[in-house]
Amino acid sequence: MAEVTVRDISRFYGAHAALQQVSIDFPDGGFYGLLGPSGSGKTTLLRMIAGFDHPDSGRITIGGADVAGTPVQHRQIGMVFQNYALFPNMSVFDNVAFGLSVRGTAKAETGKRVSEALDLVQLGGLGGRRTHQLSGGQRQRVALARAIVTRPRVLLLDEPLSALDKSLRVGMQVELKRIQREVGITTIFVTHDQEEALTMSDRIGILRDGRLEQEGPPEEIYDNPASEFAATFLGDANIFRGTAESGGLTLADGTRLRCRQPLPATATPNAPAACAVRPERIVLHPRGDAEGDNRLPARVAKRVFAGNSISYLLDWQDQTVKVFAQNAGSPPFEEGSEVTLSWSAQSTLPLG
Amino acid sequence: MTLTRFLGGLGRVYIGLVLAFLYLPIAIMAVMSFNASPFYQLPIDWSLDWFAALARNDQLIAATWNSLYIAAITTAIATALGTAAALALHRYTFRGKKLLQALLFPPIAIPWLITGTAMLIFFFAVGIGRGLHAILLGHVALALPYVIVVVSARLRTFAPELEEAALSLGASPWQTTRRVTLPWIAPGGIAGGLFAFAVSFDQFVVSYFLSTPGQTTLPVHIYAAIRKGFTPEINAVSTIIIVLSMTLMLLTARFFRFGGEK
Repeated sequence: MAEVTVRDISRFYGAHAALQQVSIDFPDGGFYGLLGPSGSGKTTLLRMIAGFDHPDSGRITIGGADVAGTPVQHRQIGMVFQNYALFPNMSVFDNVAFGLSVRGTAKAETGKRVSEALDLVQLGGLGGRRTHQLSGGQRQRVALARAIVTRPRVLLLDEPLSALDKSLRVGMQVELKRIQREVGITTIFVTHDQEEALTMSDRIGILRDGRLEQEGPPEEIYDNPASEFAATFLGDANIFRGTAESGGLTLADGTRLRCRQPLPATATPNAPAACAVRPERIVLHPRGDAEGDNRLPARVAKRVFAGNSISYLLDWQDQTVKVFAQNAGSPPFEEGSEVTLSWSAQSTLPLG
Repeated sequence: MTLTRFLGGLGRVYIGLVLAFLYLPIAIMAVMSFNASPFYQLPIDWSLDWFAALARNDQLIAATWNSLYIAAITTAIATALGTAAALALHRYTFRGKKLLQALLFPPIAIPWLITGTAMLIFFFAVGIGRGLHAILLGHVALALPYVIVVVSARLRTFAPELEEAALSLGASPWQTTRRVTLPWIAPGGIAGGLFAFAVSFDQFVVSYFLSTPGQTTLPVHIYAAIRKGFTPEINAVSTIIIVLSMTLMLLTARFFRFGGEK
């Protein structure tokens, strides 16, 4: 059962369509990542589920009930804002207790639940602090404790990690995921960071210009991108363009690339088509010494050493091909050397 | 190094001069209120005669109470209405909002003499007339723009997410306003209230036009008294007021940290 559903949601600001015909089921207890560049409509969608904005058409349900007429304060949601929005005039304890106090929860019960929530986010004992005495990571935890202490039906996270620095962010990703599992709450997470979306979400929805581009578990989207946008926005991809011909892709110079499955454009002969190949699936060989379903000659333009891996930028015709190689001990290819790229048909993903 | 020190020294001298310019007349007046001589003769003949005379001057005391009373009510009304107006201007968009906001500033710049004349004519035309009630009405009108401008400035630094966070946690709009928004604008409200108090308590021109001979405020009474012949009782009442208002200002500054967080 889906705890939250949106059906055919559209929202226009004047002539600009912020969202167009978006439908998503957010599974009960799942961690759903809404991924997209800025202006893609992901935050608008989140704010509509929260009740801060309203769709021009379409339906939103929470727990099976249409929430069109339900104001924010009655939707039983928890929300973590990008800047945390902690109440500056209150202590950590009072911030977390706020949602209980406005519901008239008894003092003893409030105290118990607030300390449970603070323990859950590993801030036990800091209840008496003022919020401006906390570090960024601690503020984030307070915001999270405040959002879940009321036991909401759905937790909405609006880019909650974007204000943290890189090292703290990775730690909080793990932490956030742990807390979400422990509480088992349906969570919708907005981010523009593909790595964050990949590592944290059970399901991902990619939004682009107000439309849902693709949706599914992270592995599925990564391995079966539906479009060039999905392929390049979630992970890196080399895009090869040509014409569709008997199931394969014929490049401009006549080279044929074998694909994992027949190109969707095959029905029309000589229709323009494209394939995506992930950089880690391509193998470099000395020129001429290559086997594999697909091969291309190329020249190493740039090599970037990153310790456990090496990334190469290669010139093939007027296109730059990106390759990630594991640092497995074999001598790396020098910049300027002529090589052959090879990869399997299985790794050649036809794009719609 | 020496130049920096020289400039620093110059700055200190400058601040000293500014403070002297501001406070020296007041200090002299305060000292003279303790001088028994009505002609400011030196050396000072220390006494509390003028304070004793003040205690017997019923008219002056009545005028002082009138002033305090009107200033207090003006502060309460102008702060409440001004804060509500600032909140409305902050939250809602409506027809004529820009015009309304623009029209808030001219009353601050229009000479009080003109405002006072206009009020006198208008109050007579609509039957409000003169008296303490008219003075109160006039003061509220004068003080309102100050409160709105000061509170609006404070509201501009308010993060709207705070209200959204409160709503998302189940707070009603009223709970949100009372527990999140109002605490945030409180320093602005208090600063606005102080302005309102000062506008009213200092007010001479408008009060002069709107007061009736028996019922008047302190500045109007002092003016009338000086015209009849200056007595150092005025020094005494001024000294008391200065001590009270400076204490009030310093306490407020201490509690609300004007000039930013320390």
